[in-house]
Amino acid sequence: MSSNVITIPGAQIQEKPWGDRLHEWLTTVDHKRLGILYIVTALVFLVLGGIEALIIRIQLMHSHNDFVSPAVFNRMFTMHGTTMIFFVAMPILFGFANYLVPLMIGARDMAFPRLNAFSFWLSALGGFLLYFSFLGGSGLYGAGNAPDVGWWAYAPLTARAFSPGHSSDYWTLALLASGFGSIGTAINIIATVLCLRCPGMKLSRMPLLAWLYLVMSGMVLITITPLSAAQIMLLVDRYLGGHFFDAQAGGAPVLWMHFFWIFGHPEVYILIIPCFAFMSEIIPVFSRKPIFGYPVMVAATVCIAFISMSVWAHHIFTIGMSSYANSFFVMTTMAIAVPTGIKIFNWLGTMWGGRIQFKVPMLFCLGFLFQFLIAGLTGIMLGCAPFDWQLSLSYFVVAHFHYVIVGGILFALFAAFYYWYPKITGRMMSERLGKLHFWLFVIGFHLTFDVMHIPGLLGMPRRIYTYEPGRGWDALNLIITIGAFIQAIAILVFVANLVISYFKGDKAGNDPWDAWTLEWSISSPPPAYNFASIPVVASRRPLWDLKHPEDPDSRYE
Amino acid sequence: MSAMTNPFPQAPTIWSLPDRGKVAMAGLIIAESAIFTIFVVAYLFYLGKSLTGPTPREVLSTPIFYTICLLSSSLTIHFAVKSLRRDRVVLFLGSWLLTITLGALFLYGTGKEWHRLIYEHGLTISTNLFGTTYYSLVGLHAFHVTAGLGMLLIVALFTLAGRVGVEQSRRVAVLSMYWHFVDAVWVVVFTVVYVLGR
Repeated sequence: MSSNVITIPGAQIQEKPWGDRLHEWLTTVDHKRLGILYIVTALVFLVLGGIEALIIRIQLMHSHNDFVSPAVFNRMFTMHGTTMIFFVAMPILFGFANYLVPLMIGARDMAFPRLNAFSFWLSALGGFLLYFSFLGGSGLYGAGNAPDVGWWAYAPLTARAFSPGHSSDYWTLALLASGFGSIGTAINIIATVLCLRCPGMKLSRMPLLAWLYLVMSGMVLITITPLSAAQIMLLVDRYLGGHFFDAQAGGAPVLWMHFFWIFGHPEVYILIIPCFAFMSEIIPVFSRKPIFGYPVMVAATVCIAFISMSVWAHHIFTIGMSSYANSFFVMTTMAIAVPTGIKIFNWLGTMWGGRIQFKVPMLFCLGFLFQFLIAGLTGIMLGCAPFDWQLSLSYFVVAHFHYVIVGGILFALFAAFYYWYPKITGRMMSERLGKLHFWLFVIGFHLTFDVMHIPGLLGMPRRIYTYEPGRGWDALNLIITIGAFIQAIAILVFVANLVISYFKGDKAGNDPWDAWTLEWSISSPPPAYNFASIPVVASRRPLWDLKHPEDPDSRYE
Repeated sequence: MSAMTNPFPQAPTIWSLPDRGKVAMAGLIIAESAIFTIFVVAYLFYLGKSLTGPTPREVLSTPIFYTICLLSSSLTIHFAVKSLRRDRVVLFLGSWLLTITLGALFLYGTGKEWHRLIYEHGLTISTNLFGTTYYSLVGLHAFHVTAGLGMLLIVALFTLAGRVGVEQSRRVAVLSMYWHFVDAVWVVVFTVVYVLGR
């Protein structure tokens, strides 16, 4: 296999002084380097957001705890939520898109390399602004610092009267900057997928990852922008004396809720669709079977994208909408379970009868399937308006969406890390540390988030900084906190694995998993120009065709 | 040369993909439309909800002349791009400068309207909900016109320097897509603010 592929050893790796290398990284427009920059930045923010989560959990460990003050607690959950969504999940997924999409469609770079670099630095600036609020949000004058309005920042909490100083402004500007960065990258991904495919790669032959990122980017265009618009309105309110969300002048704080969730709900699907993409690439390889139901997968994704834009108000059933509005949003929310269910059955269908290899990436995929299913089930529960009236704003909701984001998105991301790390670095990640990471994380995850449903059912509201003893919440909260620390240890094992494997890991070679998409046809790490000659493909699995000329896929498609 | 290509049947004889500039501009236009939609929704939602005056009916006057200016600039830019495709640079420059003039006239009209509203009627962005939504919606559009004029001016300067020819016609066409979009948005804003909103 490897003899079939042109590699130019040493073409990329030349020892240069560190100043030159740093300069190269800062000014790079190479999609692979920008992808790595995205991912590494996101990992730094993951650690920051994780520390904030641990502070929250220590504070809630037992009743009447005073580890942090109520004000600091508010800042911690605001920063935790904002960081994890906008500066961990988004950049890490864009990072993988940057790295993988051009390689998978046989292109030498993204369609607009400089726009790509611009978008990355804009997102990084957003993250910097958010964290600078610890100093700049009047923190130096003791007037409070980081934003404390919650990650959805409902009006009128963000009004000047209730949020003095600059903390809310840093929050707004951070989200505006990262939002514009996301739009730039989304445009770039769309242009890359539509305009730079190698000869023979028709839309119907694209790897599912490229397809799903195309859909995800389309969603970014339509759904990140309402948030940007709402942020502009908020700035008008705060700086020009506008009244968009000012109830005293007749404005409607409810309007902010709608604008926020018009963004907020599709955002969940913007995050999960790339994870579906990872599943659709990894599960077939470790089941040794092509993906089951390729066209249906694409159709289901497009379906999810459409429906997800008409479900936003299920986040705000408790504000008192008309029964028609409630019924509409309940039904659309139920409807979205159908294409999602189709996907889960397709992945199961892919594994059915396959020779499944339980390597670490596959373990995380299996964890994803199981946990994402449960997250979907609690989602259906919360999607029923009457049930939601009981449990909205309780820990049941917190447990539900962490099941989606940690149990679904983070597990899929870990699978992607273990799967593509050999391509990115040229070395395998340690299987032993990987299995340790997996089991620790599974145990910690379930200890935290399975148990978290129960205090929610018992009536524990979210965002409270402490609680009275004797409500039956103490032991449960202690277990949740212990689980959080087990997850933190698992993350440390993961980071250790990343670092150790970079220096000590086995050489990966071009194609360690015996996979079928184009990125595995070139050396690991890929040369700067990706493909010495642009490949030509005739089926969905070009490397299968290459390895099995006697029985190529192109004969059947 | 590459063995990579050997096992594959052959490269398709015709392999054409869409122009990336056009695709990207279409993406930007979709994104911008979503932003404008939110501002239009806010404007419509707050119609008649101001607690104090002035109201749109009292103070707004329909800017028919300036609207005609902006809409006809779509025709002139279309003509300009067509001329450049045929490599008639002088004709291109003429209609391009005409487009800029019409766009600038429109901006002047917006400025005049705002001046009148502020100094004669005392309507500012902080007066009432109408002021907040009106200035932000019309202002957002005016901002896009300004940005578009800036880009048009850059192309005009390059043309005057003799650097624009038929080989740039695809890029210029992409820019003209943006200008058409700005015009189309004005049709919506005009309808909402000056027709439905009064």
